[in-house]
Amino acid sequence: MSFPILSLLIFFPILGGIALLGIGKENVKGIKIMAFIVSIFELLFSLPLWFSFDKTTYQMQFVERHSWISLFNIEYYLGIDGISILFVLLSALITILCVLVSWNSIEKKVKEFFVSLLLLEGAMIGVFCALDFFLFYIFWEAMLIPMFLLIGVWGGPNRIYAATKFFLYTLVGSLLMLVGIITLYIQGGNTFDILALAGQHYPVKLQLMLFWAFFAAFAVKVPMWPVHTWLPDAHTEAPAAGSVVLAGILIKMGAYGFLRFSMPILPEATSAMMMPMLVLSLIGIVYGGIICLAQTDLKRLIAYSSVSHMGFVTLGIFALNTQSVEGGILQMINHGVVTGALFLGIGMVYERTHTRKISDYGGLATNMPVFASFFLLFTLASVGLPGTNGFIGELLILLGSFLTKPWVALIAASGLIIGAWYMLWLYQRIFFNPVNSRWNGIKELDAREIATFLPMVILIFWIGLYPNSMLEYMHVSVAHLLEQVTGNTAGIPSGVEVAVDTAVKATSHLPQVSH
Amino acid sequence: MTQLIWLVIALPIFGMLFNGILGRRVGYKVVSIVGPTMVFLAFLVGFGAFIETIRRGGVAVTVHLWTWATIGNMFSVPINLLVDPLSILMVLVVTGVGFLIHVYATDYMIHRDELGHVHPDRDFSRFFTFLNLFIASMLILVLGDNYLMMYVGWELVGLCSYLLIGFWYDRPEQAQAPIDLGADHEPIKLTPLLSPAASGMKAFIVNRIGDVGFALGVFLIWQTFGTLQFDKIFPFAKFVSENSPSAIPWITFLLFIGAMGKSAQIPLYVWLPDAMAGPTPVSALIHAATMVTAGVYMIVRSNALYALSPTVSLFIATIGALTALFAATIALVQVDLKRILAYSTVSQLGYMFMAVGVGAYTSGMFHLTTHAFFKALLFLGAGSVMHALHDVIDIRRMGGLRDKMPDTYRTFVIGGLALAGFPLMSGFFSKDEILAKAFEFSPILWGIGIITAGLTAFYTFRAIFLAFHGQPRDQHLYDHAHENHLAITIPLWILAILAMFGGLLGLPSAIIPVPHLFDKWLHSIFMAHGEVEAHASLLKELVLLSTSGIVAIGGIGLAYFFYVVSPTIPQNLARQARPLFNLLANKYYIDELYHEVFVKSGLGFAKNMAQGVDRLIIDAVFVDGLPKLVNSLGQMLSHLQSGYIRHYALATFIGVLVMVSYFFLR
Repeated sequence: MSFPILSLLIFFPILGGIALLGIGKENVKGIKIMAFIVSIFELLFSLPLWFSFDKTTYQMQFVERHSWISLFNIEYYLGIDGISILFVLLSALITILCVLVSWNSIEKKVKEFFVSLLLLEGAMIGVFCALDFFLFYIFWEAMLIPMFLLIGVWGGPNRIYAATKFFLYTLVGSLLMLVGIITLYIQGGNTFDILALAGQHYPVKLQLMLFWAFFAAFAVKVPMWPVHTWLPDAHTEAPAAGSVVLAGILIKMGAYGFLRFSMPILPEATSAMMMPMLVLSLIGIVYGGIICLAQTDLKRLIAYSSVSHMGFVTLGIFALNTQSVEGGILQMINHGVVTGALFLGIGMVYERTHTRKISDYGGLATNMPVFASFFLLFTLASVGLPGTNGFIGELLILLGSFLTKPWVALIAASGLIIGAWYMLWLYQRIFFNPVNSRWNGIKELDAREIATFLPMVILIFWIGLYPNSMLEYMHVSVAHLLEQVTGNTAGIPSGVEVAVDTAVKATSHLPQVSH
Repeated sequence: MTQLIWLVIALPIFGMLFNGILGRRVGYKVVSIVGPTMVFLAFLVGFGAFIETIRRGGVAVTVHLWTWATIGNMFSVPINLLVDPLSILMVLVVTGVGFLIHVYATDYMIHRDELGHVHPDRDFSRFFTFLNLFIASMLILVLGDNYLMMYVGWELVGLCSYLLIGFWYDRPEQAQAPIDLGADHEPIKLTPLLSPAASGMKAFIVNRIGDVGFALGVFLIWQTFGTLQFDKIFPFAKFVSENSPSAIPWITFLLFIGAMGKSAQIPLYVWLPDAMAGPTPVSALIHAATMVTAGVYMIVRSNALYALSPTVSLFIATIGALTALFAATIALVQVDLKRILAYSTVSQLGYMFMAVGVGAYTSGMFHLTTHAFFKALLFLGAGSVMHALHDVIDIRRMGGLRDKMPDTYRTFVIGGLALAGFPLMSGFFSKDEILAKAFEFSPILWGIGIITAGLTAFYTFRAIFLAFHGQPRDQHLYDHAHENHLAITIPLWILAILAMFGGLLGLPSAIIPVPHLFDKWLHSIFMAHGEVEAHASLLKELVLLSTSGIVAIGGIGLAYFFYVVSPTIPQNLARQARPLFNLLANKYYIDELYHEVFVKSGLGFAKNMAQGVDRLIIDAVFVDGLPKLVNSLGQMLSHLQSGYIRHYALATFIGVLVMVSYFFLR
């Protein structure tokens, strides 16, 4: 029995959070430092995953499996593969940044805030590691509570509405998923083992019903159009850390759910529902982008841009070929990094100005050149400029979807134009134009804030210039996943196969050209 | 040197990092040494590779750096640099002209007050950071050995363009004085110039539209050929076009959409004139000499594909010819010196596309090269004037500057002569070659080209006569004008020499029995397909050549007559043909049209969607409405049923509803 590293990663922050309760609430500084230390150690503990992960197998790794509630065959079953590993690591990283960005901006109930944050971290990592459906559902629901508190207690003026909306939206979706899980349990031979459930074949009609049941839970989380309207409210009202964790990790859960459950367990339904999913994704991309153009609130705009960007993610996932799916997964990471960074930046500037209205800004590049440079980089990564991580993700997704259906890529590509429009326009209205005298004497970033940005900057260039270092982790798992989906169906020839086929044909007929 | 070719990219990147991170601390002097030096070193490396390429006899060499992304064994993009005659030519142009412009900028970006004290621009180091980044990006574009790297460079140069157009991001939009038509006549109103920040964004978005076309073209290449490497695509082009006839026309068309954006062709040219809001060295380097020619480079690079799609090629030639004429007519009446040159750039790019459209790829590259010399020279000259006049660029406020600024005047005239196609100047040979090839293809194209040539000569010398000849129209400005320092005048003279003698690279071999160096040099990139070898007869060539010469001299003469001999003519003409003059002065109102049709209606649509669909239908009706509905139903029912039974009643009601709908629907 190897070292239970995944359990450590799940329960260390939870225990850290509980330990935090022991500190007197006047000792604000101690609480912050303690939370920071816990989050740093969590990241350190997670690094062995990166280094000792076996990239040559799609089998689950670092597996822990214990019987738990044997009456219902419920197990404590953890493991990660090439799809989930990066999200575990990203969760650990993002939490540190959340602690840092909340350093001064959280003024009331400081202890409870950091406890919630750490509990949230444990639950998030639990979601990515759980291989037992019951356990998964527990973590899934457990995330809801600290997030609800983050918005509802430390949020903006309209926080109660936003928190309730977030809670109800997600809960309704989750309940349908619960029905789906129970159905699977009964149909699949009384087991909650996700891998075992994926190994079985279900009647297509049942698959379709289950697909939509899961869809309810996952689409809300992504969020896909038209169940996205909780996100702008949640983002707008949440404190900076809440927005960062929401954009960085939480909304990835939906897409992860599709990858982990819908696709392998319900392959025929997935193939059959490919078109509707692609269309919904396209609507998300274009619609989300257009709505961004009409926003007057800084956070709301970035929130809607998430709808658009996550449309790219689901597009990639449901275009069902290697490029697009790997692009989709990479874009989940990218979006977490870039949008997370944008929300960090907004949090920092909001701390200084206490306004989210775009028209209140202007000319900030003069007063805060360092901040302007960072924000420019994040903006460019968000519009997918080459050299940044956003480019490779969008490129793979578009290429993949082009191979599946060229017109899909054509429509999705219009999202790139709209994306550049709203992001650059936003940047122009905040940082360019004549200086707004209201912000004379505004403070430039301090060392803590720059340190908060640096990991994101490194990731943006790292993934942008050497994406292979991330893609390597996914290759085998994604190939296996696609085999599960397309292998069980009549075999829809994917665009890639056609392309390769033509290429092979083309080359085989030709005399070799020497160079 | 060839194996070290990555240095030509790495050196400017080093300069960018140095100036970007340390620039503010080390002061402007260090920055102005590091910035140009890096580009000069890159030029030396490029020159070494050039010599080696000559020794190799033009054989292409690929230098592998690293593998960017691999997915399965099907999708793999290596970062390779391709050193061949075409890329090395572009490297020399970019780093050579780029270096001169860097040197020029070290003086242009500082201001001296009356006492001679030096005030560098507030963001002096940021300027050189971006300028170095541009050089690196442009070199990625031309040195990549596959379409993905080309696309990467393509987008990155767009970024630099955006950053540099909006360099003076806090300047507001600028009103333009109306054009006076004399007493008793209502002056012609001009729309205000966009702010630099808005111009930068306009450039980026318009380019993005083209880029999306380019990206789709790249995807289609991938789908068709299963690779993006040039050397694996071009040999199979013929085979593919025989087997799936629609693939290559689509690829070439989609790629050309990218070229329309980057190289400012109809209908995507609108960003380039506004790009003049950037500092003048930027206009010279990015928006005249190098970046905007990327589209021409791309087509010449892809000649194996374009040669196989005659329809698309004809389309390109047509767009090019129309753009050339269209932009030249606008340039006739502009009052802003840089914008005259900008429309001239659009027009000259049109010539280049006309050339590559008719299959005269070398001629396109030849004109690209000479144009880089003389147009960079003209922009730098305009900048020199601006620098001396404290940023005034309106030619109506100049006049008589030739005495004050002799070097600028002489070099500007040389550049003007080259642009106008005055006999024996570089532009004469390159433009004539295009016209001759166009004539072979279709006399109509030639006709459009020759009319444009006449217009070009006229508007160029209109600008020269108005700015440098006659009486000063703004005495105050004139009194304070002065010739600039050597950092500005030496690059002017070097470019002037190139603009004069650049034509020697491609003398018409039908008339002068010397080898056409350009043809010889680029011969190997045309693979087996070969270029349409137009062997015009001596007589025909002579007639065409002298026609071009006469037209150029005629245009210059007309401008002399209009603006020096009897300067009242232009105003009279403008009064008589007021609607036409108004239309031209306001650039056919195309910018306004685009603004109404795309920007305004787009934003209006967005607003309606946000308020109507998102807020009202999805949120108010469904999300908030459903609970309210349930709530009010409950309350309604609670009137019927007293006490706690309402819950059960509601449940029953919903149950019935569900059952009924189930039976109806099944």
